[in-house]
Amino acid sequence: MDAPVLNVEGLKTHFFTRAGVVKSVDGVSLQLAPGEILGLVGESGSGKSVTGFSILGLIDPPGRIVEGTVRLEGRDLTTLDDKAMSRVRGKDLAMIFQDPMMTLNPVLKISTQLIETVLAHAPVSKAEARQRAIAALAMVGIPSPEERIDAYPHQFSGGMRQRVAIATALLHRPKVIIADEPTTALDVTIQSQILAKMQELCREIGTAMIWITHDLSVVAGLADRVAVMYAGRIVETGPVGAVLDFPHHPYTQGLIGSVPSHAEPGARLAQIPGATPSLSALPDGCAFAPRCAKAIGLCRREAPQIEPLGMASVACHVAQGTGGLE
Amino acid sequence: MSAVVNTVREETPFRRFVSRFAEDRIAVAGFVIFVLIVLAAVLAPLYAPQNPYDLARVDLMDSRLPPGAKSLEGFTMLLGSDGVGRDIFSAIFYGLRISLAVGAVSCLIAASVGMTMGLIAAYFGGRVETLIMRLVDLQLSLPSVLVALILVAMFGKGVDKIILALVLVQWAYYARTVRGSALVERRKDYVKAARCLGLPDARIVFGEILPNCLAPVIVVATVQTAHAISLEATLSFLGVGLPQTEPSLGVLIANGFQYMMSGKYWISFFPGLALLITIVAINLVGDRLRDVLNPRLER
Repeated sequence: MDAPVLNVEGLKTHFFTRAGVVKSVDGVSLQLAPGEILGLVGESGSGKSVTGFSILGLIDPPGRIVEGTVRLEGRDLTTLDDKAMSRVRGKDLAMIFQDPMMTLNPVLKISTQLIETVLAHAPVSKAEARQRAIAALAMVGIPSPEERIDAYPHQFSGGMRQRVAIATALLHRPKVIIADEPTTALDVTIQSQILAKMQELCREIGTAMIWITHDLSVVAGLADRVAVMYAGRIVETGPVGAVLDFPHHPYTQGLIGSVPSHAEPGARLAQIPGATPSLSALPDGCAFAPRCAKAIGLCRREAPQIEPLGMASVACHVAQGTGGLE
Repeated sequence: MSAVVNTVREETPFRRFVSRFAEDRIAVAGFVIFVLIVLAAVLAPLYAPQNPYDLARVDLMDSRLPPGAKSLEGFTMLLGSDGVGRDIFSAIFYGLRISLAVGAVSCLIAASVGMTMGLIAAYFGGRVETLIMRLVDLQLSLPSVLVALILVAMFGKGVDKIILALVLVQWAYYARTVRGSALVERRKDYVKAARCLGLPDARIVFGEILPNCLAPVIVVATVQTAHAISLEATLSFLGVGLPQTEPSLGVLIANGFQYMMSGKYWISFFPGLALLITIVAINLVGDRLRDVLNPRLER
């Protein structure tokens, strides 16, 4: 792998609420090579979005990054102050959100929003900024961008709005884009268009991307590598082919089994029993153990460390065979 | 089909707002009356038979003439004259100039101050918010007439002092309104998206959040303008507002009050009627704005 453009090590983001400490992200490590697409998969509440916001340094109180480093091209972002960080955001690091209906300011024209973003990071004239904004809209496939740029968000369809959001994120050709379920709210046909466009643009610009999703079929088609999160930790990571075809972790196996298309017609759909544990009261040992059919005594006592296994890395005593003779 | 689409003008939020507003005929009437009043006030020097501020043209011999009487200078006093010989008709429109100006200026300043305070409170939270909002609570827990009365008593008479007092009484309404909507807006994704794009705080607060909070502020501003005008009239009526030489509507009403019982109703009655019409017109517009701009009543 080339020198990683983004290197997250031992990231822990905890929320200090009145009900106790919620360990939303509890020791996540990720590497991202230039131009690589990483699918970050997990159920709701597994900490995948919080991981994204932690990388951007946008965790609001009572949350805080308590441990770990986020290095963008070697520079640790967790040590930067607000001002330095806002120069990174939108320029080297960008984010695309789930709901395109909500991420564009409803009362401002598209042009206003795009031009502001250009001017926030580049010392150019307003006319030049407008040209760049139009170019970005053309790049994401918005027809007649010279006219459409002066429209309001409500005059766009959902798919078009998401394209505008993507254009905004791409304005400064960032090194890393964090995409938080950007196609979940869209039709399947629009979704595939957006996916193809994103893949193409990442290759073209050389932007690396973290694609946060709960949809394994999206990951299968789009990502180079995949990381599966459960209860604030990465339980399995590796090349998409290896992880999805030969999953080692029982949770990954359960996730893949839960995709309805894998089921025989008429057969009862597979599911993972139980629900994600409360992040403020995680069990000792492996967080998945209470829901895991293969759990052994060791799983309930000691949390497994993530270790290489075959082409992937897995955090599971059973898969690693460390359970011994129990 | 495309021909039809082309003839329909592009729908901007403003055009949609105008057409929604126009659905209520009474509100439109209120708006038209208000515009006419403003025009009449602004253009008063062009048509008013007498300049009531010009003491050389006011003649004591004309005092307390009934409506329709002829003045010494020969013009008809349509609405009669007051105790010092001012033509009521002229005085009303000159008075409206002052009343409207005081209302508008104090509202603009109070709105700017209040919105800034409310936005700061909502966006930054914490101690700043507590401090500002407790100040607002304190302000709103006291009757505004009482506070204004005390302030004017402290500052003394004069248009600038009245405006200052009105601003101090009214900024809290804007602060509370803006904070309420800004708290909602702040949590929306577009604010998070703007932060992700590295836009500066000031730009997010005033460029992204503020435009989304304007709808309720416009409603409050309309109602508060009417309130400011009537508050100024109250203060002037009580004798602590504007000086006798610059009669606002309140001063005119106060001037005629002593003659009420002697049958010379017109001195107080016509300025009072003008005040009433103005305030009702503004409130009609304000009510309709509230209906149109309230997202909860959206059909």
